[in-house]
Order: sequence, then C-alpha cells, then structure tokens
Amino acid sequence: MIRYLARRLITMAVTLLIISALVFVIIKLPPGDFLTNQIAELRSQGEAASVAKAQFLMQQYGLDRPVWEQYLRWIGLWPNPEGAFNGLLQGNWGWSFEYDRPVREVVGDALWLTLVVNLAVVIFVHLVSIPIAIYSATRQYSIGDYVATFIGYIGLATPSFLLALVMLFYANRWFGVSIGGLFDSAYAGQPWSWDKLRSLLAHLVVPTLVIGLGGTAAMIRRMRANLLDELGKQYVVTARAKGLPPTRALLKYPFRMSLNPFIADIGNLLPHLISGSVLVSLVLSLPTVGPILLAALKSQDQFLAGFILMFVAMLTVIGMLVSDLLLAWLDPRIRLGGSGR
Amino acid sequence: MNLDLRDRPHHFVDAAAFDPGRTEPVGAESGAVDRASSWRLTWWKFRKHRVAVAAGLILIAFYALIPFVELIAPYNPAKRHGDYLYAPPQSIHLFHEGRFVGPYTHPYHFTFNIETFHRDYTVDRTKVQRLRFFCRGESYAFWGLIDTDWHLVCPPESGTMFLLGTDRLGRDLLSRIISGTRISLTVGLVGIAVSFALGLFFGGLAGYLGGWVDNVIQRVIEILRSLPELPLWLALSAALPPNWSPILVFFGITLILGLLDWPGLARAVRSKLLALREEDYVRAAELMGASKSRIIARHLIPNFMSHLIASATLSIPSMILGETALSFLGLGLRPPVTSWGVLLNEAQNLAAVQLHPWLLAPILPVVIVVLAFNFLGDGLRDAADPYH
Repeated sequence: MIRYLARRLITMAVTLLIISALVFVIIKLPPGDFLTNQIAELRSQGEAASVAKAQFLMQQYGLDRPVWEQYLRWIGLWPNPEGAFNGLLQGNWGWSFEYDRPVREVVGDALWLTLVVNLAVVIFVHLVSIPIAIYSATRQYSIGDYVATFIGYIGLATPSFLLALVMLFYANRWFGVSIGGLFDSAYAGQPWSWDKLRSLLAHLVVPTLVIGLGGTAAMIRRMRANLLDELGKQYVVTARAKGLPPTRALLKYPFRMSLNPFIADIGNLLPHLISGSVLVSLVLSLPTVGPILLAALKSQDQFLAGFILMFVAMLTVIGMLVSDLLLAWLDPRIRLGGSGR
Repeated sequence: MNLDLRDRPHHFVDAAAFDPGRTEPVGAESGAVDRASSWRLTWWKFRKHRVAVAAGLILIAFYALIPFVELIAPYNPAKRHGDYLYAPPQSIHLFHEGRFVGPYTHPYHFTFNIETFHRDYTVDRTKVQRLRFFCRGESYAFWGLIDTDWHLVCPPESGTMFLLGTDRLGRDLLSRIISGTRISLTVGLVGIAVSFALGLFFGGLAGYLGGWVDNVIQRVIEILRSLPELPLWLALSAALPPNWSPILVFFGITLILGLLDWPGLARAVRSKLLALREEDYVRAAELMGASKSRIIARHLIPNFMSHLIASATLSIPSMILGETALSFLGLGLRPPVTSWGVLLNEAQNLAAVQLHPWLLAPILPVVIVVLAFNFLGDGLRDAADPYH
C-alpha cells in the first residue's frame, strides 16, 4: 500500500509539473502582457512614479526574460533577481497586477468557498444518484425509471448557466433567497454565526442543484447500466434461488460491485463538476474562483489566472488520487503497484 | 469388448448419410442474419431502437435546414424594427369571429409605461393580418450568390409576425434562432471532425505501435483528461486575437473544442484495437492466411468504426453546449455572427427571465438537438455491437 501510494504521489507530482507548463504556455499565448500594456498606458499619462513601479515589478517577475525562465521562476526552480527561489513550490503564488496585491490575498476566501461548493456538489450527486439508480435498475422500464431517465437527460441537455439563472429567479421569488453571492449581504464581513451558516446553506442550494444536475444524470445512467449488468449475473440468480431476501440479494453483492466503476468515476466527474462550478459561479456571481479567473484571463493578469488554473487542476488530480485509493480499498481484486494498469 | 452402438436403445444414430441441404434453418430469417454484413446487422439493430431513429430523423431535419436558412427565416435576422422593441411573441390564429380565414396575426402596439419603464403591448383583436406563403419579402443573397427575395413565410403586408418576439433592438427572435442554426450545428460537426482525426491518429498509433509510444500517448491522455474543460476553454479562447474576423474566431473556437476532446476518442480507439486484436475471428482470419491489410480493413475497421461513430455522436452535444457556454460568457463567437450561444448571451440577466422570458427561447433548440444527439448516440452504441 505504501509503495503504491508513493508511486501514485510521484506520478501526481510529474502530472502537476506538466500541467503547470501547459498552463503557463496557455496564459502566455495572448500577445503582450498586463504590465507592458500598463506601462504603455502610464507613459501616455506621464505618471513617472507608477511607471517606475511597474518596471520594478516587471524586473521582479522577470517579464523581460525569456519565457522558459519566467516559467521556472514562477514554479520556483529558478532564482529571482535577489538570488532566492521563490515560486509556487515555495508557497509564493505570485503577484496580481490588476489588484496590485499578492495572489494569495486576492483568492484567499474564494479558494475555500470553491472547495465548499464542490464538496457540496459531490455529496449531492452521490446522495441523489445512488438511490435513483438502484430504483431505476431494479424496476427497469417502469414509469419511475422513465421519469428518472427523462429528468437525467434534461439535466444533460440544458445549458447549466441558463438553468442557474432561472432557478435563481424562482428561489428568490418563492423562498426569498437573495440574489447572487453565497450569503445575504448583511453577513458580509461578519464573524461566523449560526445565522450566517444558515444563509450560506440556503444560498448553496441553487448552485449545488444546478452544478450537480448534469453530473447526477451521467452518474444515474452509468450506475443503472452497471447494476443491470450485475443483476443479470449467475450469482444473483443463485442468491435468489437460495431464498435470500431481495434487499439483501441486491445490496450485499450486486450493489457493491456496481459501486466500483462509480467510484472510479469520481476522477472523471470532478473535472466536469469544476468546469460547471466555474460557469455557474459566473452567472450566480458566487465568490468562488470562477469569476476571478474569467476577469484575470480577460485582463491578462497572468499569475492570478495561472494560479487559479493550477489550483483547479490540483483539485482534480487530488480527486483522482482519492478515487483510486477508495477503489483499491473497496475492491480487493484490484492489485496495487502491479503492472496491470 | 465389441460394442455395437446401435444396440443402445436411447441413442439413435441415423444410418443414412447427412445431407446439409435437407435440414431446415433454425429460424425463418436466420439465413439472412447469417449472411448479412456487420453494417447491415448494425442497421437492423439500430432500426429497432425507436427513440434513436426518431432522434436521427429530427437531426436530419435540423441539418437539412442549414442550406435554406435565409429562405425559411421570415425576417432578415439583423433587421431592426424600431417600433417593436422587446415585443412579446405573437400568436397565430386560424378562425376570426367563427369564420375560417387561414393563418393570421393580430397587430399590436405598445404604450410606454412611465411607472415601470416598460413597453406594454396591447393586441388589437379586431384587425386581421393574414400571413403569406411562398412570397416575396426582404431580399437576400441565397448562398451568397443569387440575389432573391423569396421566402417560405412572410409577415403580413403592413403587419408583423414575431412568433417568438423581438429582442432589445427589435430584431425577430425566430429568424435569429433559425439563422443561428447554421453556426451552432456546424460547430459540433467541425469540432468532432478535428477530434475524430486526432483521436483516430493518436489512438491508432498507441494501439498499433504499443511500447513507449503507447505509454507516452497514454500519459498525455491522462493529463488532458484530468484538466477541467471549461477553464481551459476559457483560457484558450481568451488567447484568440481580438482582431480576428468572426469566421476565424469560429474556426478557432471549433479547433479549441476539438483539441480538448480527442483524448476520449483516442482512448476508445486504442482499447478497441487492443481488444479486437485478440478476438477469435481475427485469429481465424490469420490462420486462414488473410493478409494484415485485409484483417485491418475487413475485420478491425468495421468493428471499431461503429463504436467510434457512436462515441463521436455522444461527444457532439458537449461541443454544442461548449460553444453555447463560451459565447454566453462573451469569450466565444461575437455578434454579428449569430449562434444560439450568442442569442442566449442577451438573456444573461435576471431582467430577461422576469420581463422578457421569450429571450430564453434559443434554449429550446439547444435542448432538442443535444437530447437528439444523446439518444442517437445511445442507439448507435447499442447497435454498434450487432453480435452481442
């Protein structure tokens, strides 16, 4: 187990390194950069002091250096002008030019709110899709099965941002949930209290539903298919023939077997959920990293955008690791560290 | 130990020679089934899947629209009707005061409500404006070549026909949706073509060569699949130069969608190739002395092609939705190009949901097309394995 874990961690590190290079290339793709644009603008306004500051930042972050050196500096494998290694690896997330503050301060709260939203969605997806999938599979071609399948398909086909908009509108009209954000504006800057938590939970409902719907639909379809496959197998027939109660005959083995691909799927599910959360956050103006990312991409605030892309990639990579570990724990037949992969 | 089989009463063996021509086939159609090619079997199996067939027909209808967009749209999608800003949908009536008059609309006019700052439209039910069919309306250049002014349906003379209402500039939404069909539907096809080519190439390479090539491609696939699509789409579309013409942006967007979609297909190609190589019928063909190219062309390609087409069909919807999402965020296609996503961009605020809900209408074709592709893909996937 420990060897397997070590191997997985090393692969994860290599993956993240490659992703970081990819991310850097992508954020560098648009011609020009924030500081060059800013310096040109400041020059035209004749603000000498600001120009000097921008030029200092430019030097500090090596924007005048070749791209590969900028990249290595960003991740912290190349010394900055003072000769110190200070990059992502050392925990320095860089500087946001637009906000004129460290990236850490800009994204601070948004990071854990992103985590909260995504966690809520993952829990929601599992809580909802498992029972529905069991129902659909055990009562194949019943009305309930068709209804579940139909809702699932609608969930797959409706653009989530519009669904978000419509649901937000009705949540406000019917339940009086204030529009946008993750709390009532009254709680902004307030310390945590039960009321604030309740407000957070009330505001989590719409995003969770909207982001989760697509994922839930996919999960139900896959789980239903898995379970149907298992239910047709000989050992289920044997169990029934021996007189095992139907619930036990369902839950003891077929259900556990059908959970396998389900958990293996968390890895595939996460990128989708995070994509969804970015989009839906934009529409619902949730204070997650989504809106910050969009703004940063538009203004070429490269370290901010780069860090958020890295953060999002990290979430998925860690999610995949967790799903692999869960799978290994759940299914003893999966050999660890073997070359069977 | 001389054992005569015929002595045993329960084991009958006919002494006469066996004549294969005399035996009855197992089922009535089994002869046809045995002789049918795998494509034919796939088609037979697909045909049984009613929903998938219906979905296929709907899609054919949608795609058949594309060349005739200008002909079908009653208005020029860019034409502004200054007197009809945010006009609600007009309904078509057939009977007026108990008398059949054919399809017509009632005229409507707005009064500006000073308190709410909205245009309140009132319908004048006394006047009848009959629609015209196969008529001359606004002129356009058919396929950019022939100048003509024929339309399938025209608004009544000196009247209006806004079946889905108008937007903030008074442009007819129905015409805009119809002309958006062209871009929105081709995005999926062009994107899938890119993704299909890449997937086939890399998947084939990995499955065929194996070894370190396979390993490298596998790792690349894993990395690409672990990246959330949307942030990447955002980043890449933000990188498209702002001075590109709309057509270039369109190709840029489809390229981006295709570039990030191929890993799934490549993986399918690879695993199918590896699995099929071990199949009995491939070994049988080998033993019978079939050449490698014959095995690939006759036995492998037909078998995994159907699977590939099915999975490609299933990934078209995500591209259509992707285009919609990008355009909605203002990073995809931009006006004057009309696509469903661009239209939805205008319905982005809560005011649209509350006051002008008809602006959400472009969602309907999106849902219909995406659902149809999903059903079709499911049907194809089930049919892709005709021997199962």
